[in-house]
This record gives sequence, C-alpha cells and structure tokens, in this order.
Amino acid sequence: MIKFENVSKEYNNNVRALTNVSLDIRKGEFVFLVGSSGAGKSTIIKLLLKEEEPTEGKIILNDMDITKVRNRRIPYIRRNIGVVFQDFRLLPNKTVYENVAFAMEIIGVHPKEIRRNVPMVLSMVDLSRKASSFPDQLSGGERQRVSIARAIVNSPPVLIADEPTGNLDPETAWEIMRALSEINGRGTTVLMATHAKDIVNHMKKRVIEINEGKIVRDEQKGGYGDGISSI
Amino acid sequence: MGFRVFKNILKQGFQGMWRNRSMGLASIGSISAVLMILGVVIILVLSINNVAMEIKTKFDEIQVFLKDDLTAEDIDKIQETIEEDDRVLSVVFQSKGQGLEIMKKDWEEDSYLLEGLEEDNPLQDSYIIQLKDIKDADDVVKKLDTIEGIEYINYYKDIIDKLLVFANYIRFGGIVVIGILVLVSVFIISNTIKITVTSRKREVNIMKYVGATNGYIRGPFIIEGILFGLIGSVLSIFIINYGYDYFFKSVSDKLYVLFTVWLVPPTLLMKDITIMFSAIGVGIGALGSIVSLKRFLNV
Repeated sequence: MIKFENVSKEYNNNVRALTNVSLDIRKGEFVFLVGSSGAGKSTIIKLLLKEEEPTEGKIILNDMDITKVRNRRIPYIRRNIGVVFQDFRLLPNKTVYENVAFAMEIIGVHPKEIRRNVPMVLSMVDLSRKASSFPDQLSGGERQRVSIARAIVNSPPVLIADEPTGNLDPETAWEIMRALSEINGRGTTVLMATHAKDIVNHMKKRVIEINEGKIVRDEQKGGYGDGISSI
Repeated sequence: MGFRVFKNILKQGFQGMWRNRSMGLASIGSISAVLMILGVVIILVLSINNVAMEIKTKFDEIQVFLKDDLTAEDIDKIQETIEEDDRVLSVVFQSKGQGLEIMKKDWEEDSYLLEGLEEDNPLQDSYIIQLKDIKDADDVVKKLDTIEGIEYINYYKDIIDKLLVFANYIRFGGIVVIGILVLVSVFIISNTIKITVTSRKREVNIMKYVGATNGYIRGPFIIEGILFGLIGSVLSIFIINYGYDYFFKSVSDKLYVLFTVWLVPPTLLMKDITIMFSAIGVGIGALGSIVSLKRFLNV
C-alpha cells in the first residue's frame, strides 16, 4: 500500500532530512511513526502528500509510483489519502456538515450520495448533533473528529494522521484513537506520526522509529521506545 | 469539468461572498471609489471636449467673398466649382443684403450706425462653405484661391488650429488620466483581494490537502471577485448617475442655461458609463482574484 524504496531527501539548504529510507506498509495495517522532533517524520508525510519531492528513491502509493506524477495530477493523488493534522485544519467559514461535504463536492460526487454519506460519517464520529455548528463553536476533540470524518468520507485506502492527539487532553486523545482504530478495523491503512508515548505503548501496533533521517527500528506490536523526547 | 462541479463552484462563490462580507466591503468600497473618480474624470473630459466641438462648429466655416462685377451666371458657376470638391460639405450663398442684416444683428444697439447703407451696400456677396473635415481647410483654401471671381477668402485658421491643438491635449490628457486611474484601481483592488486571500491562505491550503484542483480552488474566488466588482460598479453607477443628474439639473435651474450647453447631458452618458463600469468592475474583480491567487496555489 505504502512503499518507500531507498528514499533520501535533502532540502535546498543542504539539510539532509532522510537518508536511504525503505519501508513497506501493507493494506489494512496500523503503523505508528515515532521519533524526536526533526527526526524526519514530517518529511515522510510531506513526501506522501507530494508536498515535497524526494531527492532520491521511489515512493509507491496504492501500486502507483507517485514520484513520477506531474504537478497537475497531485490533487488526484491526494484524494487517495485522508489526512488528519494536529491543528485540525477545518475551513472556518463552513459548518461541520459543509466541511465534510466539501471533500466530496470537490470530486464531483452526486448530491444524493453526499446527503447520504455525510450524516453517516458524522454519526460514526459521534457528531450528528453538531452538524450545523461552525468549527470555532466546537471543542478540540470535536474538531479533530470533524477532520477525521472529512478524511474518511471518500473512503480513501490510506489515512495519514500527523500527531492527531497533539493538541488534546489525554481523555480526548483516547476518543480519537478509538475512532482511528475503528476506521482501521474497516480496512483502511492508518499511518500515524505521534509523540504520545502512552498511546503507542497501549495500542501494541507496528512501530517505525526514525532517528536523524534513518529508520532505526521497525517492530510489530512495539512500544514507544526509550530515548525519544516526547515533545 | 462537469456541470455538478461547476454548480458547486458557483455555490461556493456566492457563499464565500456572503461569509466574507466584511472583507468584501473593502473591495467593493475601493472598486466603487475608483470608478466614481473615473466617472468624474470622464464627465469632465467629455464636457471639455463638448465645448471644443461646439466652438469648432461655429468657426468651422470658410467664407469666400466674390468680386462685385459678376453676373448671376458667374456666381452660379463659382458655386458649382466649389461643390465639385468632395471635401466640401455644404455651400450656402449669402448676398450682400443678408450680410448686412447679420451685421446689424451682431452690432445690436450700435446698429443704427449701419442705417442707410442698404442703398449703397459696401459689402460683398459671399459663399459660406462648410468642410467635412476642418483639417483640409488649408488645401481647400489654396484651391479656392485659384477660382476666377473670388476676391478674398476669410477663415479663422488660427482659432481653429489652436482649438484643435487644445482639444487634442484634452483628449490625450483625458486618456492618460483614465489609463492611470484604471491601473491604480487594478493595483488597489488586487491588493484588497490579496489581503482577502492572504487571510484565507489557510483555507486554500486545506482545500489543496483535501485534493481540490487549482481550478476548483480558483473558481469560487474568481466568482467572489466578479461579484464584488459587479456590486462595486453598480454602486458607483448609481452614485454617478444620480449625482450628475442632480448637479446637471441644479446647474441648469439656478445658473446660466449657457453653461449646461457645455456639459454632456446625463442621459447621453449613462448608457456608456453603465456598460463601461460594469465591464471594468467585473474585469478588475476577476483579474484581481487571479493575480493574487497565483502565488498561493503552489502548495
């Protein structure tokens, strides 16, 4: 599903963010990406979203080599990936319902289908009652659940979460993890970059640890690991 | 792009306009302010042009005076010769008697000085010639000079020349000022929209992450820009229309009727201004959106 083949990334200012990274995530897996700040987690996510281009190597997503995709096609790549960010990134001028519907509208889904699917995912993340609220009327946890609903409404094969619990209190963080697990249970591949030690240790999922741009550990049912700052 | 996507974009555009109405007010305000200044300049230029044209038509004639000893046949022949020239618009005969009448009218209360002249009129018969284009005056006069039976030719070359130069300056100056104003308005509006877009940079970013194409992101912003431009121009059209109408009426009521002759009547102007302003407003709105969006789309 997600495959990195000897990927290196050097930024313009000669900073080497990734060195010779290879990894293979299969369909339906739940994978934690851990490592100190600046280790290279964000770069991996940026490469998957085609926000950055790798300096060397191949990235295969959903059986397609996305390193060879032209700029005009990037939006279509991104439609295969649901993304959840630490800072939620909701459209402030749109209601909860519209934020989720927006992801369907841009790909030209029939309005009937939108009217059917949006309430469905909203009930999945337990937000049916907040459908007509605006993001600034919601709590952090609710906002994150909106962004999860938006990420999965088009049933993408892959869900990427970049520190989705970073801005939330522990209890709310577990709410989010339950939602992500449920989505994973329905067959969606989940890749989650995180600093949340407790969550990683409790979930017992595959853990990939990066340090200074290299993969230093790739362990099934792993823990958070020692020596990683949790900030 | 399918119809459904287009409909979505249209909906987003209207929705965006409504929900960003405070930012929109700034755009609308600057668009209509610039257009109003533009309107005042246009009215001013057209009025001055009007005055120049008015004066020009009054001096826009050549008078040829005929020798005293011509027969009626000779006089007719001269008219034919003049009319042959296709640069000539019209030829009107003015007998010495008519000439004296006109002179008496011009002199008004001093006209008694001219009494008694009817018996032995010192004036000459003449032709008043109007040209199609006053630019040909010099050439036509040269040609007229060769016609047998014409004693001398009178035309207000200096005045016309000066007037033409003056009118050209005004026209040129007007175009320059209008050009500068249009540039200024594009600048102001693209800046206003840039501020609007900058405040929504996050929004654009989010759209890109969700997988929206550039066209899809640009669409609603352009529609928003067009709507703002249209509202701004409608506002300025109303203000210019009613403002100028009021000004025109109060000038013709309270001041000299003569003065209004120089002003372009509002009814003649409004159709052009309406079309022009709507086009400029819409164009500037769309252009401003496109220009200011360009650098945000490379995420």
